[in-house]
Amino acid sequence: MSTPLEHDYTGLSETSSVERSSDKIPSSSSSSSSSTHPNEDKTTRTSLNLKGIELRLGLPGSQSPERKVSLFCKDLESNERSNGFAVSLKNLMSGAKRGFSDAIDGPNGKWVFPMNGKSDVELAKGAILASPRAVLEGKNKLPSGREVGGLPQSPKPVQDKNILVRSANEHSNAPASKAQVVGWPPIRSFRKNTMASNSAKNSEDAAGCLYVKVSMDGAPYLRKVDLKTYKTYKEISSALEKMFTCFTLGIQSLACTYIYFNTRYGTAAPMDLLYGESRLMDLLHGSEYVLTYEDKDGDWMLVGDVPLDSKSNEEMQEPELMQKHVEDDKQIKS
Amino acid sequence: MPKRLASSLSYEVLEHVFSFIQSDKDRNVVSAVCKSWYEIERWCRRKIFVGNCYAVSPKMVIRRFPQVRSIELKGKPHFADFNLVPDGWGGYVLPWITEMAGAYPWLDEIRLKRMVVTDESLELIAKSFKDFKVLVLASCEGFSTDGLAAIAASCKNLRELDLRESEVDDTSVHWLSHFPETYTSMVSLNISCLGSGEVSFSALERLVSRCPNLRSLKLNRAVPLDKTANILRLAPRLVEFSACTYSAELRSDVFSNLAGAFSNCKELRSLSGFWDVVPDYLPAIYSVCSRLTSLNLSYATILSPDLIKLVSHCPSLQRLLVLDYIEDSGLEALASNCKDLQELRVFPSDPFDAEPNASLTEQGLVAVSLGCPKLQSVLYFCRRMSNAALVTIAQSHPNLNRFRLCIIEPNTADYLTGEPLDVGFGAIVEHCKDLIRLSLSGLLTDCVFEYIGKYAKKLEMLSVAFAGDSDLGLHHVLSGCESLRKLEIRDCPFGDKALLTNAAKLETMQSLWMSSCSVSFEACKLLSQKMPRLNVEVIDERGPPDSRPENCTVDKLYIYRSVAGPRFDMPPFVWTKDEDLGLRL
Repeated sequence: MSTPLEHDYTGLSETSSVERSSDKIPSSSSSSSSSTHPNEDKTTRTSLNLKGIELRLGLPGSQSPERKVSLFCKDLESNERSNGFAVSLKNLMSGAKRGFSDAIDGPNGKWVFPMNGKSDVELAKGAILASPRAVLEGKNKLPSGREVGGLPQSPKPVQDKNILVRSANEHSNAPASKAQVVGWPPIRSFRKNTMASNSAKNSEDAAGCLYVKVSMDGAPYLRKVDLKTYKTYKEISSALEKMFTCFTLGIQSLACTYIYFNTRYGTAAPMDLLYGESRLMDLLHGSEYVLTYEDKDGDWMLVGDVPLDSKSNEEMQEPELMQKHVEDDKQIKS
Repeated sequence: MPKRLASSLSYEVLEHVFSFIQSDKDRNVVSAVCKSWYEIERWCRRKIFVGNCYAVSPKMVIRRFPQVRSIELKGKPHFADFNLVPDGWGGYVLPWITEMAGAYPWLDEIRLKRMVVTDESLELIAKSFKDFKVLVLASCEGFSTDGLAAIAASCKNLRELDLRESEVDDTSVHWLSHFPETYTSMVSLNISCLGSGEVSFSALERLVSRCPNLRSLKLNRAVPLDKTANILRLAPRLVEFSACTYSAELRSDVFSNLAGAFSNCKELRSLSGFWDVVPDYLPAIYSVCSRLTSLNLSYATILSPDLIKLVSHCPSLQRLLVLDYIEDSGLEALASNCKDLQELRVFPSDPFDAEPNASLTEQGLVAVSLGCPKLQSVLYFCRRMSNAALVTIAQSHPNLNRFRLCIIEPNTADYLTGEPLDVGFGAIVEHCKDLIRLSLSGLLTDCVFEYIGKYAKKLEMLSVAFAGDSDLGLHHVLSGCESLRKLEIRDCPFGDKALLTNAAKLETMQSLWMSSCSVSFEACKLLSQKMPRLNVEVIDERGPPDSRPENCTVDKLYIYRSVAGPRFDMPPFVWTKDEDLGLRL
């Protein structure tokens, strides 16, 4: 590479064939973060590349150090560049979205899923990031982290107020939906804490069920489970396993096809990759469609997890955004 | 003791005359007339208000006013409410209590806001002031139920205990039981901030039943519905009441008990609380609604139809606090029913959601301002605004004195024209000549500050966020607003020039807060050197400002005038000048 290229922070510029497609990226790429890249050698960058797009599964709370999390976050969305490539990645990797940062409790970024007094849950082998959220009312997405678990709040909402708010702020560089600014809108902590406990109480008491969004890294859509239908962790873990097994197999094949396309169709326009893989899926497995909808958090959810009543109708208020994704049921059986 | 004045009014006469002058401003003027009046006045001043606890030292206050009975102190800057001031910044009350314990044995009222109060301070209060009557801790922190127990046990004549919006640590002490059985003086009790573990019902009931003068009772949300009715029956002369949890489903016996209890309270004028209220229980309060002047529903998740019904029963309402569930339709109903309305505050139910979850727009506010001629104070959160709406509000309400508008998304333009909201806010300051408090939001250029500087001559407090284009904006405000006392700014492109040019103005103001603006450390140092009676505090958690280039902007800046000099209780992340005119690290 003789000409100094615009370095984009995703590390995808230069070397590999994929990145040559990024030549089309307008030169207005963010230069500030890219200034850290110029001295990286080629091999690192190549390996970074593939790692950056590789679909991987990680344990809850872990952050793969080489992976550029920013690839999947709002930075990418706000920059129009990388277009279809990024968009398709996002669609596939919606599970990696850190939009649940406001549910993180604690400054070390660990996912906290308090249930029956426990604060850490390893739900299953494989990457299942639980996002506890009082979804039925779904009114408050407060950075105070008070909604974690959607369980009745302790009578001391204000004890950890500062820690919670600050830790949420520390992670506020990650949300996919929008940035949350410290202290804006100007609402007193007392009010924020009170409203948070309000909504948690309401949704829990009123509905008698506790729906929780579950996402898996790399799955094309998310699922919802009613935690109240399970009595033990084991039950939850096996239920979630069943739910996500199809993805595991599908994803592995998807990853292969992805890489295949990368090397073989190096100069393919980003959009072609998406069409390419779905065509491939069609060919290999026959096609089946599932109905999904986009909820107010911007996540794609499988229709049917939440019983159709007034509360879930609130969730599905985005009728024009219904889309069909490809899923293959046959793989589960095999 | 002052000398007898032979040729003018005697000391006793003057003292008697001064006793009719209550306002601080007037007292200050009186004391500036001549030396003898200064002397007489300072000996008979009974009430002190210190808007910034670091502007003066307790010793100085005691030296000048030796016979104070009531003191009010404020600590942290206002933006501390929104978590912009890091923990540990300051605002400690203990030094004040320690000094006053010795100097003012007859002190009977202490009112604190945004201060750090420890159990030690509370214990010292309980021990030192024999006739202690009033303790108000608003948005304070740092104390626990242990401290409250000390107050309850020792203050035999306590009349008012108000803990509004404070953070209290629960040490599982049943502090309410520490009020002795002989204690009967309570007039006003506000414990709405306490958690469920901190209040024992039986102790509460016993306390209420033996205090015949109880007029204001604000309980916490853990008191269940049946207990509420009982307590109301024990205190039928209440004027203010904060209602409790209504989360049970409707039961007719509970309902009729509650309705009966409320109908007993003929003097009830103010209701608040309403956490978790189930709308079916609302009719229980209809009997008191016609006399209600103040209603705080800002924690209640009641929807518009129920709110409209409720509001239509309250024709005497002067003050309403509510969530945006009221929607435009509810505000229109308010405008037609409540002609005496003076204050309206509408809070967002879901502020962090990009999409509105309630149909509340600027139209609601316009309806209220057109329908309620006495409207004076507005706090309104919404998601869109137009210049036309603001102009309508301004023209229909020249008597507005507090106007705080928060458009939730920063930099939101006029949704009709796409233009900045300069003209709208300009109309507000131009027509509302008595405006003393203003908060801006939305897309705003330097123009709005030009209008403010030109017209807002009585403005005392201005809050600005995400607005302006350049230093000129800040310059307009500092050079034009003659009555300005408090200015708080965040995320605006205001920098060194405006600040240094108007350095003298800062001494005429109580305080200036600037965070995420463009002020350099160098300018802060310069300002410190030029203005010895200003405390220039650079609040920066990133480390010593010296470690960055001097033209690097500071994170947060808090400048306030002080006759006490720099303070000695600063945490490591606050930098200010020290005696050597260098900057202390």
